Amino acid sequence: MASSSLAPPPGLRRRRNRARLRTAGFLSPWLIGFSVFFAYPLIATVYFSFMHYNQIEEPDFVGLRNWKYVLTQMPLFGPALWNTLWLVVVMVALRIVFGLGIGLLVTKIKSATGFFRTAFYLPYLAPPVAATVAFVFLLNPGTGPVNGILGALGIPAPAWFNDPGWAKPSLVMLSLWGIGDLMVIFMAALLDVPKEQYEAAELDGAGAWRKFRYVTWPSITPIVMFAVVTGVVQTMQYYTQALVAGKLASGVSVGPGSVVQPGYPEHSTLTVPQLVYSLGFQNFNTGAACVLSLVLFVIAMAVTTLLMRKRAGLLPAEDRSV
Amino acid sequence: MTTTTASDLASTTPRAPGTRARTAAPDRGPAARARRRRLLHWIAVHAVAVAAALFFVLPFVFVLLTSVMSDDQAMSGELWPDEWNWSNYATVFRTPGFLDWWKNSLLYAGLGTLFTVGSAVPVAYALARFRFRGRRTAMILVIATMMLPPQVIVVPMYLVWAQQLHLSGSLWPLIIPMAFGDAYSIFLLRQFLLTIPQEYIEAAKVDGCGELRTLLKVVVPMARPGLAAVALFQFFFCWNDYFGPQIYAAQNPASWTLSYGLESFKTAHSVNWNLTMAATLLVMAPVVIVFFFAQRAFVEGVKLTGVKG
Repeated sequence: MASSSLAPPPGLRRRRNRARLRTAGFLSPWLIGFSVFFAYPLIATVYFSFMHYNQIEEPDFVGLRNWKYVLTQMPLFGPALWNTLWLVVVMVALRIVFGLGIGLLVTKIKSATGFFRTAFYLPYLAPPVAATVAFVFLLNPGTGPVNGILGALGIPAPAWFNDPGWAKPSLVMLSLWGIGDLMVIFMAALLDVPKEQYEAAELDGAGAWRKFRYVTWPSITPIVMFAVVTGVVQTMQYYTQALVAGKLASGVSVGPGSVVQPGYPEHSTLTVPQLVYSLGFQNFNTGAACVLSLVLFVIAMAVTTLLMRKRAGLLPAEDRSV
Repeated sequence: MTTTTASDLASTTPRAPGTRARTAAPDRGPAARARRRRLLHWIAVHAVAVAAALFFVLPFVFVLLTSVMSDDQAMSGELWPDEWNWSNYATVFRTPGFLDWWKNSLLYAGLGTLFTVGSAVPVAYALARFRFRGRRTAMILVIATMMLPPQVIVVPMYLVWAQQLHLSGSLWPLIIPMAFGDAYSIFLLRQFLLTIPQEYIEAAKVDGCGELRTLLKVVVPMARPGLAAVALFQFFFCWNDYFGPQIYAAQNPASWTLSYGLESFKTAHSVNWNLTMAATLLVMAPVVIVFFFAQRAFVEGVKLTGVKG
């Protein structure tokens, strides 16, 4: 515009308003969904965290009592937080190492490539409940084939999902079985590394490790970073496998929905999301459940912020300038 | 090399790596050493690959073998079935409720996918193509929603569905929100729409198409691979979902899905591992079948989440 003191011509304003309306129209499903299914429940969670509410009587304001209870008195909070953090560190780290290994392996395989790729990928597709049921069977100490084979070989067999020390490692093994998603991402990243760089490194006499360290690694770090962040976020939500494994291994003959102490054996598989469910839907302690939800929310947002800061490849380059 | 032997000559012709070991008796010279190293490398890689394949495939094999054992043998810890009782699968289908779980899973996954894709298209298009104030904020909010553990908001959400709308005990509290934009699908589809060249959209505008017609007539047909990927992921998400049905459908067995019912199947047949394994395979089967029919869309989707951008 030639002069800023002049008001925009009416035609331009009308066009701008129309553009705004059009944008709002296209965005409307999400605008509604975001307000109703995200913003509202989040605010309600904060509200209920200050209330005593058993879902029958009217909510009753109790100040910080729920917060004090959850953070300082509730016996299961410590184990749940510890288990979730343990899984976030160990499971994510091992999944990345293993996923990278399988990704590398797949790029090196020259024969029967289709078979190997499908075989490595397929377990990722198994529905989590089905995969967990299968692993509880495979690893059950009584009749499970794994312990049968270990026994025949004379190797001392652990009780897996029935041993507090082995339950989490068993869950990690289950998650390594479903490595297919990371395998595909890493495979694509590895194939994207320019071949000339390897040839140049070979001419310089670099061995396999140096080639990986100085050629492969720098070019795949953004994908590794992406895998770390999404892995951490997913593992903080870790729920189904831990719950199903604990329930089935405990052998308690009750249908789903019934009240059982979660985290069998000895709370070793109890994660924070399970505790939210247990508080809110089994003990009807809405206030405490909401406090725990908010603790989970704060950790999740901290990770997400870190992700935005580190630019782990989620926001495409052109967005950063907007 | 001082003399040219028959085997040296022979080894210059290309052959399969496995056959080389026997002919290369006089192993001298850098060329022969390089070939030997390549062969050892081939053996090492494929030995590791076979070991890895065993780790990934054997669980399926054991599950299948157990699923056809007789009731007695399934409790014995033996690995190979004495007789192949395929009728176990029929028994599973005759279990009360099993067919309803199938129906419910298909309803949840089918309608959920339809709603999700339908609502994600306009939103993803606006986020990919329109320039407006707050676009970056909107993108950040979409990603934040994507990162949010579902357990954070589940308690108040349940109270609304159960106490105000009286819809608990059904799958509708899970299906209806999908008509209002699922963050992950919006994000995925937007990434795909960014790859469609702007020129096609400009050309449609020159031809006098409005935004809506451009979207429906030009963008949607071109975005078919992206739409397929979004639909697949959503279908799998619904099919696999355990947490959602546990919250809303637990009280009413008539609304259970396969993923949810499978666990009760195990507890009801606590000693019959054979039937449980048959049911487990029946829950896995649709996902695997869909995968084989839609492999390309799948790989496209996985790449979009990670590699693009």
